[in-house]
Amino acid sequence: MGKLGTYTRREFLIASVAVAGGVVFGVRTYRANLKNPLTAALGPGEAALTPYVKITADGITIITPRAEMGQGIHTTLASLVAEELDVDLADIAVEHGPPSAAYFNGGVVEEGYPFPATDQSALAEFARAQRDIPAVFLAYQITGGSTSTHDAYEKMRRAGAIARETLKAVAATRTGLPIADLKTQSGAVVLPDGTQLAYTELAADAADVELADAPALRPKSEWRILGKSQDRVDVVAKSTGRAIYASDIRLPGMRFGVIRRSPYPIGTIRCFDATEALAMPGVEAVLDIGTAVVAVATTTWAAMQALDAVTYDWTPPTYPADTEGHFDVIAAALASNRPNSRQRDDGDVEAALTGAATNGAEVIEAEYRVPYLAHTTMEPMSAAALYQNGSLQIWAGTQGPTVARREAAKAAGIEEDAVTITTTLLGGGFGRRGEMDFVQNAAKVAIQMEGTPVLLTYSREDDTSRGPYRPAAIGRFKATVQNGLPVAVDVSTASPSILKGINDRGGSPASIPDIVPDFTISQALWDQPYGIENYRVTAYRSDPLLPVGFWRSVGATQNSFFHECMMDEIALAAGRDPVDMRLDLITDDPSSRVLEAVAEMADWGTTLPEGRARGVAFALVFGAPTAQIVEIEQTPRGIRITHAWVAADVGVALDPRNLDAQLISGVNYGLSAAMGEKITLSNGMVEQSNFHDYLAMRMYQAPPITTRILENAPHIRGAGEPGTPCAAPALANAVFALTGDRIRSLPLGDHVAFD
Amino acid sequence: MDIIVNGTLHSLDLPDDTPLLWALRDGLGITGVKYGCGIAQCGACTIHIDGEAVRSCQVALGDTWGDVTTIEGLSDPDTLHPVQQAWIAHQVAQCGYCQSGQIMQAVDLLSQNPAPTDEDIDQVMSGNLCRCGTYPRIREAIHTAASMMREA
Repeated sequence: MGKLGTYTRREFLIASVAVAGGVVFGVRTYRANLKNPLTAALGPGEAALTPYVKITADGITIITPRAEMGQGIHTTLASLVAEELDVDLADIAVEHGPPSAAYFNGGVVEEGYPFPATDQSALAEFARAQRDIPAVFLAYQITGGSTSTHDAYEKMRRAGAIARETLKAVAATRTGLPIADLKTQSGAVVLPDGTQLAYTELAADAADVELADAPALRPKSEWRILGKSQDRVDVVAKSTGRAIYASDIRLPGMRFGVIRRSPYPIGTIRCFDATEALAMPGVEAVLDIGTAVVAVATTTWAAMQALDAVTYDWTPPTYPADTEGHFDVIAAALASNRPNSRQRDDGDVEAALTGAATNGAEVIEAEYRVPYLAHTTMEPMSAAALYQNGSLQIWAGTQGPTVARREAAKAAGIEEDAVTITTTLLGGGFGRRGEMDFVQNAAKVAIQMEGTPVLLTYSREDDTSRGPYRPAAIGRFKATVQNGLPVAVDVSTASPSILKGINDRGGSPASIPDIVPDFTISQALWDQPYGIENYRVTAYRSDPLLPVGFWRSVGATQNSFFHECMMDEIALAAGRDPVDMRLDLITDDPSSRVLEAVAEMADWGTTLPEGRARGVAFALVFGAPTAQIVEIEQTPRGIRITHAWVAADVGVALDPRNLDAQLISGVNYGLSAAMGEKITLSNGMVEQSNFHDYLAMRMYQAPPITTRILENAPHIRGAGEPGTPCAAPALANAVFALTGDRIRSLPLGDHVAFD
Repeated sequence: MDIIVNGTLHSLDLPDDTPLLWALRDGLGITGVKYGCGIAQCGACTIHIDGEAVRSCQVALGDTWGDVTTIEGLSDPDTLHPVQQAWIAHQVAQCGYCQSGQIMQAVDLLSQNPAPTDEDIDQVMSGNLCRCGTYPRIREAIHTAASMMREA
């Protein structure tokens, strides 16, 4: 189906549901029916033409509904508006939007639908077309799942077009000229005689204009900004120390708070003695906020010192005390008869596995494990908060401001209307800033410190050793191989539930009942575009253990490792080249093409010098087919990664240089975890606390990375996450090719030495 | 306690053992210098004392032995330092949180080694973590800055 057809149908569907459901979201009606969150704050002569464009006499501001956490989304979203509005990126300001239902993210909802990205069937398309409706009710305003771009792709271009046509209508009224004679360029309406009327001068009258029709979007062939690499709108601020993160908020009279959470994640405080701490210079308060203790002082340092002087009595852990105990619980879920989901069950796996005994097919099986992981964003968690005159103001780098506002209100015990959330730049997100704990805790501190603004900071130690984490998980497979191909593949996976964890911590937009399957457990495992006659994917949810949450690329981080190492094992058993065998099995054309592209980029199959080897992996993740090849070398100091190649299909490449940056970022994040990252436990406490024992990739370990963006896939997709999942399996497969050791648990650095 | 930061004399009423990092951030509101680990493992807090790169989380306010320069004092807004220009040309920053420290470390590297190899860069810059994985562009930007500075 063509783009135009899809759009028309979606608009129709939205309109029809809108009548029944009472919420109208349409291009022509959304100014009237969804409250524009910018209107209330406008002064005389200012106009907010749509929730995404604000024009005052001083300038033009594009409001981006998604959080800038490094992925360049401010630039890309502003480009979508600017393309239609005819403004230059250098001439506009870009701001995070306030919490509002108008900034819902339809893409996140779509990602949760039980249709693989390759499914273009009528039912799957129907579900995708309806994605915006529940999102409005849930007031999702979430940045995650690589969804920002495809959520905004039409909405924000349309916002730019509406703003442009509205300003032209104002100019037409003022000049008496027909609209058709007016053009727009660089922030101005241009009259036939060349006279320019700046948008900033026209804006005051624009609020009264209602357009009769939604303007059409410009075809790709006419794009001036989109499709071309843009300078990031934040690059100068971020190269001069002037970018403001939550931890940089400074207010008159500000005090600095530092939190100490239980060393037993999920645990809470029974009692504590702060007598000594309160006598220390600069220390003003030591607060009991229920689940943790917060010291407030004149500097962050004084507050950190104070926390060390407090004696604590924490409630004991409710989960197994050591790592092995956690894997026992996960293994028990895997051995149970209670699957959480079975989203794929092609052919008859049982019969094929049984039949192997008589038909001579080779049977292989293996078990894989991945550890808990921390996010370790470079900026530790922080939020500034001030409660005075019944209002609570919070400044936070949050991936979900609407949920943050609700949770802040709940934590503070006040009405949601009394809470303002200002989203700052995020010093890294990776899923950690979709959590609500730092907002909830800042709200609790502000209530107790009424009238005093407090910046709450988590120490690196607290952030690393208390979670939430990427779940630990186990994957298991059994496969039969005959005539160079897999005949039956039975994969299962088990982990604690991210959705349950987030739900229980108050991070979900709406309460998720336990009965709802957690599709993050099986993400990127069940929906891979391999055509295998008998193919079954089963996911099991273990009992809750440590707190777990979203981590860059979510379930795909473990499942692509399980699945793509499995494919390597199958290829070996089948006597096949791992690229050739995958190409024989893949049924989705864009997916085949990324694998062919990466093989061509790396000159796969070429003879390598002694001591070098390569591994390959493929994943269809967040709708973007991605393939990766990692090359390694044995050196006297250990294994060194010499190069990585990655090809990904994002449907439409809006900003090639930024996509390159995102893929490289994703690959490095995945390689880092695969080489050295792990969270382990002993005596109920996490053993890692800071960068000396949580081993993140350093520059000497970072390989050159070559990227290629393809545009064959039918939908536009983001690239923040697709680079990550293939890194671990490609590296593990390379280590096998180099050493002959099949390493089935991460990090690989526990088994082989890396340079 | 008096210290000179970015050419300006400041008086601070803080305990002498306060790390310079927190004296700058919380005492003076100079926030370009970042907290990342507090134990000299990440380099986000890198500043210059008398032109030499140091981890400000490890220097006590009372031990500050010379003039302090933070990223805010590296250049004026109209004429950015060549390292900053190269950072912009290569669009290095993603979340950007570590980049103040990366830039301050890179400036120190180039003051000692005007033509570093990849290996030299890896050696000096490996104390500065970046979780966004901008390492390849940092490497390119340092090479670009090196040639800009050699030609200047």
